[in-house]
Amino acid sequence: MQGLKDRLKELLTDGTVARVVGWKKGDMPYNPEPAVFTSVDEMDDFVYDGFCGANLSKMMIEATKLEGKTAVCLKPCDTYSFNQLIREHRVNRDNAYIVAVGCRGKLDIEKIKKDAKGITEISGTELDGADEITVKTIYGDKTVNYSDVLLNRCHVCKGKDHMISDEVWGESKDTADQERFAEIEKIEAMSPEERFEFFKKELSKCIRCNACRNVCPACSCRKCIFDNTKFDAQQKANVVSFEERMFHIIRAFHVAGRCTDCGECSRVCPEGIPLHLFNRKFIKDIDKFYGEFQAGKDPEAQCPLTDFTFEDIEPGERG
Amino acid sequence: MYKIAIKDINTLFSKIAGEQELILPVKKAGQYNFGVYEEGADTEGILTNKTVKSAKDAFFPQFETLYNVKKTITPADELENGEEASGTKIRTKLEVQMEELKDKDFVVFGMRGCDVKAVDVLDKVFLSDPVDNYYKARRDHSIIVALACHEPEESCFCTVFGIDPSDPKADVATWVVGEDLYWKPMTEKGTKLTESVKDILSDADEGAIEEEKANIKAIMDKLPNTKLSLEGWGQGKTDEKFNSEVWGKIYNPCLGCGTCTFVCPTCQCYDIKDYTTKDGIQRYRCWDSCMYSDFTLMAGGQNRTSQLQRFRQRFMHKLVYFPDRYDGMFSCVGCGRCVDKCPQSLNIIKVIKAFEKAEKGGAV
Repeated sequence: MQGLKDRLKELLTDGTVARVVGWKKGDMPYNPEPAVFTSVDEMDDFVYDGFCGANLSKMMIEATKLEGKTAVCLKPCDTYSFNQLIREHRVNRDNAYIVAVGCRGKLDIEKIKKDAKGITEISGTELDGADEITVKTIYGDKTVNYSDVLLNRCHVCKGKDHMISDEVWGESKDTADQERFAEIEKIEAMSPEERFEFFKKELSKCIRCNACRNVCPACSCRKCIFDNTKFDAQQKANVVSFEERMFHIIRAFHVAGRCTDCGECSRVCPEGIPLHLFNRKFIKDIDKFYGEFQAGKDPEAQCPLTDFTFEDIEPGERG
Repeated sequence: MYKIAIKDINTLFSKIAGEQELILPVKKAGQYNFGVYEEGADTEGILTNKTVKSAKDAFFPQFETLYNVKKTITPADELENGEEASGTKIRTKLEVQMEELKDKDFVVFGMRGCDVKAVDVLDKVFLSDPVDNYYKARRDHSIIVALACHEPEESCFCTVFGIDPSDPKADVATWVVGEDLYWKPMTEKGTKLTESVKDILSDADEGAIEEEKANIKAIMDKLPNTKLSLEGWGQGKTDEKFNSEVWGKIYNPCLGCGTCTFVCPTCQCYDIKDYTTKDGIQRYRCWDSCMYSDFTLMAGGQNRTSQLQRFRQRFMHKLVYFPDRYDGMFSCVGCGRCVDKCPQSLNIIKVIKAFEKAEKGGAV
């Protein structure tokens, strides 16, 4: 981590960049926050460890509008989001300096906390750390395998390669150990009633905080339709009957074909709703109907849903 | 003082729920949240785990209908003779149907010391003139059974606000001691509830909970955020804090989502809106969030136009404006839910610490 910090300081000092978008050390062992650093002094608080799961690419929408270049730390999966933002003309590539940081999977604090309350210290979460991490709590110490407490999305890792970079720092690891569409197939195999029950149970927890939308790199509308004050369906009213389901389904449709499956929606949901399932179902269907497509892999590629070919599936056809 | 074996706790819940509505933490799709008890509800782990949302919904629900307005139109050919003769072409009638106020007692089980104190904060707002009838009806009919915190977590900092999590003040207080749940009525309402479940409780010695209380205090002492200083906050600090440069340095990662406000037990801002129904309108109110772009939005586009202003508003309200208005009372109770749930790991503790650091001359 020190090497990365030094390099970023160097970029600031030699004037390559005017600011750095990275993570700032938290006040607890597991809560670093995304941050913008504008000076070498501020960089003292920079951190990069297993808890830096946040995808910083969306912050570049605003950052690349500013004067001077902005350096941003992107993990392999974050680079897909960044490419997609280039594709949608949301970020200015010329104003970005991409430091492609290594990743060995990011940690899910909720999983760690399940068996560890009163955490005071966590060690071994650095990029070059051991396979085991030590969690010190006021109720006693524990060790857990790094790979057992990864964010769910890391189990279907898209690979260790960065899709875009100006320079690379650190080694990456492909952490995939599950089939990407296994969860979807399980839901597809349910009866319509079972499936409805499953989603009803999950979505009725929704508190309409809109964190999923606000963190989503594909949700980059300047004004979301759900924030329209002249619109009957209020963005903040969680009506138990149908409202929140509509919100999530509409959102999933809107990001279909553009969603890179970065998994931020599920990571930030305070109620632990597996929101990525909607998006991943669309990805699976797009793959099936239009041929394999990964949003953000190539910033020049045409998305199947915004393109027309004579081979396209007819509306209503179910393959 | 009474007790019941924790393994038999569903018998207790079932008994209470047989007499009146019972709201308590239930586990649904992997998360603990307050909800209405139904036979067979998953109550595993509810004595030790923190709920995602607080118990606020029981008194001030996130969404509630205030009244419905129904419009009936009688066409000309159905008008009565007299009306027709007086030249009336069509008759439009508006009928207001008030939503019924809560009129039956209900029990909320499992609120912690912080959650109970949060109700005091809400009371200040909703029970001062003009009294909020919807809220008051729920408060009048609520019986709170509080639970001492058996396993406080690192995000807990209620003691900073003078709350004792080992000795919650409610209608009934309960403690987890070994394999038993200890039960102590504290008010008249609590005594009445206790009478109704007495046959499944057994007598217990008060001494047993003293050790538990001491344990809780010792744990709180070891937690990282319970020594937080509130110096510099509170009454009369508006100008100094409002104009500070620190806000500009710390707000940036804020996504402008409503997580912190919706999991908070004391956030009390709401919005009133109408849904257009088939034959009228449904007037409802729902929690609002100062983090949202349409919060207190006025026709001219005022009054908070940037996320910095919205971010500042939330913490100023909790730590300065509320104490200013209500005799020094802070509108944060240190439950730590926002600390656990902020998607960007920002929170009130970090804000307080950032100001402390800046005031000592450090770089924020």
